[in-house]
Amino acid sequence: MEHIRTTKVEQVKLLDRFSTNNKSLTGTLYLTATHLLFIDSHQKETWILHHHIASVEKLALTTAGCPLVIQCKNFRIVHFIVPRERDCHDIYNSLLQLSKQAKYEDLYAFSYNPKQNDSERLQGWQLIDLAEEYKRMGVPNSHWQLSDANREYKICETYPRELYVPQIASKPIIVGSSKFRSKGRFPVLSYYHQVKEAAICRCSQPLSGFSARCLEDEHLLQAISKANPVNRYMYVIDTRPKLNAMANRAAGKGYENEDNYSNIRFQFVGIENIHVMRSSLQKLLEVSGTKGLSVNDFYSGLESSGWLRHIKAVMDAAIFLAKAIMVENASVLVHCSDGWDRTSQVCSLGSLLLDSYYRTIKGFMVLIEKDWISFGHKFSERCGHLDGDPKEVSPVFTQFLECVWHLTEQFPQAFEFNEEFLLQIHEHIHSCQFGNFLGNCQKEREELKLKEKTYSLWPFLLEDQKKYLNPLYSSKSQRFTVLEPNTVSFNFKFWRNMYHQFDRTLHPRQSVFNIIMNMNEQNKQLQKDIQDLESKIKQRKNKQTDGVLTKELLHSVCPESPTLKTSLCFKEQTLLPVNDALRTIEGSSPADNRYSEYAEEFSKPEPAVVSLEYGVARMTC
Amino acid sequence: MEFAELIKTPRVDNVVLHRPFYPAVEGTLCLTGHHLILSSRQDNTEELWLLHSNIDAIDKRFVGSLGTIIIKCKDFRIIQLDIPGMEECLNIASSIEALSTLDSITLMYPFFYRPMFEVVEDGWHSFLPEQEFELYSSATSEWRLSYVNKEFAVCPSYPPIVIVPKSVDDEALRKVATFRHGGRFPVLSYYHKKNGMVIMRSGQPLTGTNGRRCKEDEKLINATLRAGKRGYIIDTRSLNVAQQARAKGGGFEQEAHYPQWRRIHKSIERYHILQESLIKLVEACNEQAHNMDRWLSKLEASNWLTHIKEILTTACLAAQCIDREGASILVHGTEGIDSTLQVTSLAQIILEPRSRTIRGFEALIEREWLQAGHPFQQRCAQSAYCSSKQKWEAPVFLLFLDCVWQILRQFPCSFEFNEHFLIMLFEHAYASQFGTFLGNNESEKCKLKLQQKTMSLWSWVNRPSELSKFTNPLFEANNLVIWPSVAPQSLQLWEGIFLRWNRTSKYLDEAYEEMVNIIEYNKELQAKVNILRRQLAELETEDGMQESP
Repeated sequence: MEHIRTTKVEQVKLLDRFSTNNKSLTGTLYLTATHLLFIDSHQKETWILHHHIASVEKLALTTAGCPLVIQCKNFRIVHFIVPRERDCHDIYNSLLQLSKQAKYEDLYAFSYNPKQNDSERLQGWQLIDLAEEYKRMGVPNSHWQLSDANREYKICETYPRELYVPQIASKPIIVGSSKFRSKGRFPVLSYYHQVKEAAICRCSQPLSGFSARCLEDEHLLQAISKANPVNRYMYVIDTRPKLNAMANRAAGKGYENEDNYSNIRFQFVGIENIHVMRSSLQKLLEVSGTKGLSVNDFYSGLESSGWLRHIKAVMDAAIFLAKAIMVENASVLVHCSDGWDRTSQVCSLGSLLLDSYYRTIKGFMVLIEKDWISFGHKFSERCGHLDGDPKEVSPVFTQFLECVWHLTEQFPQAFEFNEEFLLQIHEHIHSCQFGNFLGNCQKEREELKLKEKTYSLWPFLLEDQKKYLNPLYSSKSQRFTVLEPNTVSFNFKFWRNMYHQFDRTLHPRQSVFNIIMNMNEQNKQLQKDIQDLESKIKQRKNKQTDGVLTKELLHSVCPESPTLKTSLCFKEQTLLPVNDALRTIEGSSPADNRYSEYAEEFSKPEPAVVSLEYGVARMTC
Repeated sequence: MEFAELIKTPRVDNVVLHRPFYPAVEGTLCLTGHHLILSSRQDNTEELWLLHSNIDAIDKRFVGSLGTIIIKCKDFRIIQLDIPGMEECLNIASSIEALSTLDSITLMYPFFYRPMFEVVEDGWHSFLPEQEFELYSSATSEWRLSYVNKEFAVCPSYPPIVIVPKSVDDEALRKVATFRHGGRFPVLSYYHKKNGMVIMRSGQPLTGTNGRRCKEDEKLINATLRAGKRGYIIDTRSLNVAQQARAKGGGFEQEAHYPQWRRIHKSIERYHILQESLIKLVEACNEQAHNMDRWLSKLEASNWLTHIKEILTTACLAAQCIDREGASILVHGTEGIDSTLQVTSLAQIILEPRSRTIRGFEALIEREWLQAGHPFQQRCAQSAYCSSKQKWEAPVFLLFLDCVWQILRQFPCSFEFNEHFLIMLFEHAYASQFGTFLGNNESEKCKLKLQQKTMSLWSWVNRPSELSKFTNPLFEANNLVIWPSVAPQSLQLWEGIFLRWNRTSKYLDEAYEEMVNIIEYNKELQAKVNILRRQLAELETEDGMQESP
């Protein structure tokens, strides 16, 4: 709390992000230990978690007051005008401090208390069990074993303790290989395809330089290819652009020389590095945040940001991987430089294409735990949880979520979860409210004692499962075992619901999805009601045929009447959400805000051209 | 003329048909006066029936004696026919070329088409101006029907009956017509019952460089304003273009002469600029191999979505004047038959719930496009593959449909019709067995005797079996004004039209079906609950009666 000097400022204006003539809401700004809160004159609350704040900017003083622009990691952008500069300065300073913590222990997760006891907390953490997951895939088996080599994090600090390697890979081979790989990240199993008996393995780049080789590493790769009884050839996918990989050779790193490894097919897939991705997203956000954006500027900005090109590259790599397994029955080894960014994207997305389990709510959690959390995707650095090197921040995981979203668009029935689920996960990789994404690898997480001091996100999402269900999901159909997405460029679209999730005016005013979701829920309720009614009718009929009306029976009838009443009111009760909240459009009232913007234009003396942007009405859906 | 003269080879065997996302089909190709037919003579394989008038362009090429004809359709589909024998192939190609570009309208298929369905309601009489006027006359007595154009003498592109201010007589209308482009004097397009404001449309005033005035015109326009009210003139051209028009005798209303009116200039493109936009867009969509950058830059360069945004913005502005400003408007561009109609009809979609029903939308098209004199024959003569590039060809109507689709996407429950309805209208505007979209205006339609000699599209559409295909299962009447977002992030490429033949929509279609199932199931369950509830209530009263004695 020592960072907070002003806890409440009144008469603060919240500007409309896309308005060209400073349309605003007036209200009070509160600063708490964890959140920034704005309550406008309609009592609508806007909560901003300090950890979500990516940047705070104080602009030059205007006659209206001192502007404060806050950009959030969940793509919310708020623009306040604080009447007095001193208040603005205080808030600015406080937010700077509060949004950039120096130690993990100061993050929200360590103080967040959802009122669960220790055993509930532990149960929550045990919800996702990776050992179970490997069992589900069918390992260990005669080709793959659980290795205890990294039990004490001695070989690789950024890997989990439990690793699966080929049965014939001995410990010396593993140790030898790990010394030949960046950060000791030697080839291990990521996914095992039971039917094809083929594997997705992952590692980091070899320290091959221009000519170095390592027999143990060569052996380990051979062991992987031998663990596939059907196809002895395996693919080595280097997810980097060839040029980057070649440049790495000068630093003693690089890529596999096909001559030194038997039975490998080497392939570059050309996904750019974290720095390119970071600046690409930045450009994208700059474009989409422009006031009065024209269609041409939007598309040329979309193009020059390169964002969709990168998304397509990740998707293409995952498809390549899935095809290698499905069509050629070949095992695949994936790496990039360190094997925790692009490698995580491609392995997880590839698995998602291959295995419908990962397209369920629980399975998707497992996938993230496995390929991202346990294999050491550096969440804390990539999401900038702590005040650290801004060059380590990169939207690698966001890209993964976007790829999944594109798949849900192409295969609307293949996923158990909906878009909201993806958005919610994205929210929480940055929120630092739960322990799952804190730290950069499992070892660090253990040292932080996250399982004792913080809560796991997954049980909370599961509890709210209803919100995240895709009403069109068809679990039974086996057609969807393997997804074969089409990556022709026109299939990739700007993900408005992610990058403009807080800009309601840009969204469709009625959501088909919500209606269907509600209807699905309602159908379940109706089914129950039908059962209830049928059994009651049966009871009644039986009574009538018995012709015996004892007092007891009469009594048993009485308590029923209230339930009957509720069921009679049922139509009004449960139909209302569908009819009113979702179908009708709120806010189509003359008090509309865009209208005043327009009226001002009208009152100008000679309006040769009246401009109208972003449609008109604000709909509070 | 006999079609037989044009058909040198009526039949070729062993022709192979290639369509994207379908296996090739081998069969017999037949040419008739109006159709190209491919029949495999096997069960369960789809045959191809293609109207010659749907063919936009053909390419032919030869490898040895195997000829290939690539047929590019006005609905953007591209199909390929492999025809053995060079002579046959050449004959077929030249026949198709001749048959798809018949000079005379009366040789077109609608004049030969004999419907196989029973006509329940003759579409030619479904939307009579008198009936439409009745809808207004209950709310206002300030307007009247005028028969001044009965013989099409005052304005060749207007229908015989128009709605004008009651206080203006036919003589004045005649004078105003001489002051407006194409004789298109201001007429009522829409009456907003909520506040009595109106949308009128016309051609540009013929002020010329010397600032010609017309007292009757000024009087007519002012007659539509209520006391103390102001109105807005929405000129769909930029100020610059409007100024240039003066040199050719056209122009715009001088504020000095229309003091109660404010002029607003917007800039909606027309003619070949739109046609080129369509050509570029379809070309971009047809190329599967484009990398991301190329695709995005092609999409941008087509400017299609820019046109969409411009049209929608202008329509929103018009609707805003009416509903929010409480001001009447007059819309015109140059001739008042293209961008003007886009704006007036879209404004009605936004303002008027009725125009979002199937019947109401049909009435809107009938009123604001067909009777209002949008020259369909000229505009829709060719589509995205044409090479002739005539000035009068332009996808004005398609742009309108696209705009409706954009609003439909943003308000998916507020429309009684679905996307297929819009696609169907697009198809029929370009090639059809019905006479509805033939001719350029009512006067031409009369001369062609379309009502007597052809079938109306509405006669076919408005039968329950067809309607069910075009009905939106999510529809729930919404009586509000619907304000769409026109931000670039909110506008989308209309995939149902432009990517229709370039990808398989299997998974999307299945998902749609599932959605319909859920809705149907919901209805079913609700009905069942109601029945059971009633049953239970009856049993309870019976019990009660048994108990009471």
